[in-house]
Amino acid sequence: MAEPIALTREDGAPVFLDTQGRHHPENGSLLGFWIYLLSDLMIFGCLFATFGVLGRNFAAGPSGADLFDLKLVAVNTAVLLVSSITYGFAMIAMQARNKRGLIAWLIVTGLLGATFLAIELYEFHHFIHIGAGPQRSAFLSSFFALVGTHGLHVFFGVVWLIVLCLQVNKHGLTRANTRRVACLSMFWHFLDVVWIGVFTFVYLMGSLR
Amino acid sequence: MSDHAHHDHDDDFLETGIPHVSKKEYLTGFVLSVILTAIPFALVMGGSGVATPLLMVILLAFAAVQVVVHMVYFLHMNAKSEGGWNALALIFTVVLVVIVLSGSLWVMHHLNTNMMPGAHEMQEIIKNAP
Repeated sequence: MAEPIALTREDGAPVFLDTQGRHHPENGSLLGFWIYLLSDLMIFGCLFATFGVLGRNFAAGPSGADLFDLKLVAVNTAVLLVSSITYGFAMIAMQARNKRGLIAWLIVTGLLGATFLAIELYEFHHFIHIGAGPQRSAFLSSFFALVGTHGLHVFFGVVWLIVLCLQVNKHGLTRANTRRVACLSMFWHFLDVVWIGVFTFVYLMGSLR
Repeated sequence: MSDHAHHDHDDDFLETGIPHVSKKEYLTGFVLSVILTAIPFALVMGGSGVATPLLMVILLAFAAVQVVVHMVYFLHMNAKSEGGWNALALIFTVVLVVIVLSGSLWVMHHLNTNMMPGAHEMQEIIKNAP
């Protein structure tokens, strides 16, 4: 850094040069929530590492190529991707001070999130039903841990969407509510980023023989 | 972005620091994401005939580009947002994640190759013994 941020006068009193606050974040909540998301990224990083180490230990059980229905995964990926842009439309409606539009797009996003969860639960149920549950092999343990953690995040995202719809409906577009919508926006798009890693690393690469 | 919130009184209901978003931005990100998702799925599901190691590199490259697209168009990341603090925190976390991922894979690969042969390999060794 070229210039010092604080100096001390000869009598010991501090002199502050950064009176404009240029080196501070504009909003503590948004930055704090971003830090939380990055700590979540660390969790997913560890789960990806676990899957990377154990993902080929089939214990003579089924492999990804035997189990994965890529058409189903493609549908799920499409649902999550569309839910990302519907959340974007919610943000645009909020910016235009359109309360009804915001709630409508949040509901659409929530429904897409619920669809994603339904398809994923169907897949999990199918795997467990045919004897490919998490206790079958190290591959399936790490698969359920990674994909299940992502699914759990989507579930809590949907719960948050419902709560937020009620809050916006009751209190309107207050500063507190716009802050919440912006935080959930980051959360939702972050989950889509993690899903890129999941469908590439787990499903597509796992389907290659 | 924040200047907009400060000077325009119509935006007073918006919390300070929320990035200004546009439909064009989201649609660009969405179209790019669809393309970057469809090609890897087509390559794997359509049986492209590309050798598996090369295909894995291609898949990872598409994923890396799509992550950047999402960061820029959906999460509105740039070096200046939040005074650069969120970019700094992101770089720090990505470095940690890369260390965890590459370290785990590297160490466990060495552990696997240096392990005592398992029961299956032992049978092979006994069978091939002179």
